[in-house]
Amino acid sequence: MTGKLRTGKLSRLLLARRGGASWHWTDVASYAYLALGVLLMFGPVAWLALSSFKTPAALLEFPPSLLPMAQSEVSVQGYPQPLPLFRVTMEDGSVRELAQVRRVGIVAQMVDPKEPGQTIRVPADRRTPVRHMALAVENYTDPLTQFDFLRFLRNSLVVTVVATIITLVINSMAAYALSIYEFRGKSLAMLGVIGTLMIPITIILAPVYLVVTKLGFVDSLWAVILPGAATPTGVFLLRQYMLTIPRDLIEAARMDKASEWRIYARIVMPLSMPALAVLAIFSVMWRWNEFLWPLAVLTKTEVHTLPIALNAFQGELQTQWHYLLAMTVVTLLPVALVFAFLQRFITSGIANTGMK
Amino acid sequence: MTDTIRSHGAPARGPSAAAAVTTGSANALMRLTDPPMRAVQRLIGALRMPYVFLLPNLVFFGLFVFLPIGINIVFSVTGGTALFPSERPYVGAEHYARLLDCGSYLEAASCREDLFWRGVGNTLTFTVFQMVAMVLFSLVTALVLNRPIRGRGFFRAVYFFPVLLSPVVVALIWKWILQRDGLLNAVLTTAGGEKILFFVDPGWAMFWAVFVSVWAHMGFYTLILLAGLQAIPRDVYEAAEMDGTRPWRVFHRITLPLLWPNLLVVLVLVLIRSVQVFDEVFVLTGGGPGTATMMVVQYIYTTAFANQVQNFGLAGAASVLLGAVLFVLTLIQLFLTRRRAS
Repeated sequence: MTGKLRTGKLSRLLLARRGGASWHWTDVASYAYLALGVLLMFGPVAWLALSSFKTPAALLEFPPSLLPMAQSEVSVQGYPQPLPLFRVTMEDGSVRELAQVRRVGIVAQMVDPKEPGQTIRVPADRRTPVRHMALAVENYTDPLTQFDFLRFLRNSLVVTVVATIITLVINSMAAYALSIYEFRGKSLAMLGVIGTLMIPITIILAPVYLVVTKLGFVDSLWAVILPGAATPTGVFLLRQYMLTIPRDLIEAARMDKASEWRIYARIVMPLSMPALAVLAIFSVMWRWNEFLWPLAVLTKTEVHTLPIALNAFQGELQTQWHYLLAMTVVTLLPVALVFAFLQRFITSGIANTGMK
Repeated sequence: MTDTIRSHGAPARGPSAAAAVTTGSANALMRLTDPPMRAVQRLIGALRMPYVFLLPNLVFFGLFVFLPIGINIVFSVTGGTALFPSERPYVGAEHYARLLDCGSYLEAASCREDLFWRGVGNTLTFTVFQMVAMVLFSLVTALVLNRPIRGRGFFRAVYFFPVLLSPVVVALIWKWILQRDGLLNAVLTTAGGEKILFFVDPGWAMFWAVFVSVWAHMGFYTLILLAGLQAIPRDVYEAAEMDGTRPWRVFHRITLPLLWPNLLVVLVLVLIRSVQVFDEVFVLTGGGPGTATMMVVQYIYTTAFANQVQNFGLAGAASVLLGAVLFVLTLIQLFLTRRRAS
């Protein structure tokens, strides 16, 4: 807020110098930059969403149409299949809507749907297809029946929910120990947490794979859930927050003979809800989007999560873009919804912690 | 934490069915967990309870971070294709020697493990361009968003939302736009140009790898820089105003120096993430054309998991080298963050 006031004054000062004109060139430049930003940031996602409703034929069009369009068809008496509808400019200059029976070279055989008995021959370049907006909803419904799409969706949901719960529980327990108590080895434990901050899974892929194999989790969802459950980021975030909880509350509970576990579960946890919520959102994002580790450890198709399934699907020789685009939209949707509702929450969480 | 977070986290006022259920299950959970934990406390004493609270997290850290670091080092000095260290023969520094065996370090083709050096070279190229572009765009965006504009929250959200998207989703969005008959080529041909096969040309492939990464992550750094800009005290600007300082001078002499700590943190964070880049680029280009966008992490992943012969030793040695680089970078970051905090 301070920034708003400050620059407000600064620009007012500038404007005053320029004879009271209300728009300075820097304002114009700012809004132009922002408008370009909206186009560049939203445009690609909007294009994905629009494309995901196109039929395979419409996807092959070049140049592509903006909206999902399909050629209109009519069923004409005497023809078993519905025929594509065209707008034809006739020789006398009039325009008629005709259905095409077949096309031979540069000549098209057309028929008027109202007079099905008579075929009309017109040059192929005199006709333009009649199109209407058509949403290819089957792009979304087919994967449900033809592929294991529901299974991938379910896998991703299970991983996200279970991992987030485990993360919240064990991270908050560790943060509670590191914020409320003084004990021997505390600084060593803190150092351990900081240490893990420096070890991304990127550089220990093979050995974690070994550990997971030894534990018997290969090709089960636990292989994805467990290795990332203890997050240094989460411990830090929660500890910083728990440090602000007044000690008197905890002392009072001890006087009432509450166990240490009860103090953690009944006093510290409820008071840390805001920080827990931020960590929960982060964890959901991490898990829903996780790629490299699941890619390495999940070799069986049955246990693939959505990102892995999408990647496998796009790598196939004949990429079926119409399905791929629809599945990408489905993968994107939960994140978009979470963001739409919790935007301020997420951004202030990141601005405060400098982590994501 | 800010007030927004507090207000979101505040418990719902008044009785509601959902709240009653939550309280009910919390009570049940408490009844279930409290007696055993109470027994543990009686057994070991309240003073040792913090160890109990630390234990689960430390077990996870131990199993999935510290133990793997040890195993990684063992992998890097043993050979063969077995996964279990006991079945792997000791080979000493052979893997390191193989990785570092180069006729000239400036020419990847002269190296014995030329793919590794191509990965290093590509990662370096990527890192340099990505750092410049990322810092430039997030700084400009933060400066614009810090101006008195209408709908600032909306615009901030616009730049931020790709941060939350899955890297696979990001890569597929752009792959769809950049493909041969994609939107961009349609725009190019309508404007009278020629179609460009972006993923067949090494230069273009690298350009788009950098572009897509900046597109996906600049919102995050913009947020950090915006927070830094808003923390600059107002009276400094007011003083400059009194003196009639020109805007460019204000930026150069006030904004930039006061923002410098944040800018440094952003710089190092971008560096650390660029060195580990994998997801978006892998899905976007598959490392191609040829090996033009193959990064170090992809080399490690391929060597350990995707090749016919899984060479954990070589991958382990490469990981240790990458880990050493990251360790130094993270130390720098911690040092800078601490200095910013104090």
